[in-house]
Amino acid sequence: MDFLISGTHLNPFLLVAVGFIIGIMGGFFGVGGSFLAGPALFALGVPMNFVVGTDLAHIVGKSVVAAKKHRALGNIDFKFAMFMLPGTIIGVEVGAQIIEYLKKRANVDTPVAIVFIVVLCSISAFMGWESWLTLRRKKGSHGPKTKDVSVMAAHSKRIQGLHLPPMIKLPTSGIKSISVWVIFIVGFIGGLFGGFLGGGAGYIRMPAMVYLLGLPTHIAVGTDLFEVIISAGWGTLSHGMKGNVDILIALVMHTGAAIGAQIGAHATQFFAGPRIRLFFVPLPLIGAAVVVYGLLTGHHLK
Amino acid sequence: MKSKTDTRDLLRAFAIELAVYTVLVTGYFFVALHFLGGWLKEIFDSHRTLYAFVAFALIVGQGILLEAVTTWLLRFFGKKIR
Repeated sequence: MDFLISGTHLNPFLLVAVGFIIGIMGGFFGVGGSFLAGPALFALGVPMNFVVGTDLAHIVGKSVVAAKKHRALGNIDFKFAMFMLPGTIIGVEVGAQIIEYLKKRANVDTPVAIVFIVVLCSISAFMGWESWLTLRRKKGSHGPKTKDVSVMAAHSKRIQGLHLPPMIKLPTSGIKSISVWVIFIVGFIGGLFGGFLGGGAGYIRMPAMVYLLGLPTHIAVGTDLFEVIISAGWGTLSHGMKGNVDILIALVMHTGAAIGAQIGAHATQFFAGPRIRLFFVPLPLIGAAVVVYGLLTGHHLK
Repeated sequence: MKSKTDTRDLLRAFAIELAVYTVLVTGYFFVALHFLGGWLKEIFDSHRTLYAFVAFALIVGQGILLEAVTTWLLRFFGKKIR
C-alpha cells in the first residue's frame, strides 16, 4: 500500500500487527508504546521526522481507548494529571522545535536514534534492577501478593517532603503533600521526550511517577495514559502543522492497537505492581536493538 | 486474582472478538482509507493547518469508534460464552 503523504510503500497488515502488539503493551504498562512503535516504523523505512509525528498521532487514538478502560477501573488521578499538564505541553513544544531545528540542518535520523538508544537502555536497566530488588525483598515478607511496593519508596518520600510551595494533596494516589513544581518538572521532561522522540513518553513519565513521586503503579499506569492523550494530542497538532504526520499510517496502525489496548488493560488485573514493572524491562531493549540495526546497517526491515 | 475459569472465559471471549474484529477492520481500511488517501494528500500539500486538525479529528474519531466496537463485541461474546 502506498502512503502518499510520507512517500513510503508499506505492508498494511504489518502495520496492524505492530499496532496490535503496541496496543497490548500500552494497555498493560500504561505507556504509549513509542519505544517499540518508533523503532518499528523507522525499521520499515519511514523517515525519522514522520516516525516522530505519526507515532504521536497513532498514540492519541490508542490512548483514548486504554484511558477509558483505566478510568472505569478507577486508575486515573485527574487532579495530578491536571497539575502535570502545563509542564507536559511546554515540554512537547520544546521537543518539536528541536526536531524542526535538526530538520533544517538535514540531520534528524542520527541524533534522534542515538538519544532513543540511550534512553531506552537506561530505562530498561533501571526498571530491571528496581523490580528485581523489590521482588526479592518481597519474597521474605508475608503481605498480599498483589500489594504494590517499591525499593525506591524512601526516595519518593523524600521528594514528596520537598517544601516548594504551592503544595497539594493527592487523595486518589494516597499522597498527603507534594510540590506542584515537582509535578511540573516531571511533566516537562516527559513532554520534552515526547516531542523529540515521538509518542507519549510514558517510558519516562510512568517510571518517574512511580519511583520519584511515589504514585501506586496502577494509578501511574492510568494517569499516564490520560496524560499521553493530552501530550500526544498536542504533539500531533504541532507536528501536523510542520508536515511530520502521515495520518494514514497512524490510522492503519491504530486499528490493531485498539483491540490490543483492551486486552492489555484487562491483563493488569492479574499481576502485582513489581511484576508488571519487571515484564516491562525487555521491551525498551527490543526497541533499542531495532534502532541500532537500522543505524548500523542502513537497512530497513521491509 | 482471577480464577482459572474466569481467565479461560475471558481468553475465549477475546479470541472470538479478535476474529470478528479482524474481518471488520480489514474491510474498513481497504474501503475508507482508500477513499481518504487522495484528499488527505491534497490538504497536506496545500492547507497544512487544516490537515493537522483533520488528522487529529480522524485519529480521535477512530479511537472512539473502535473503542465502541471492541467494547460491544467483548460484551456480546462475553455474554454468549457465559
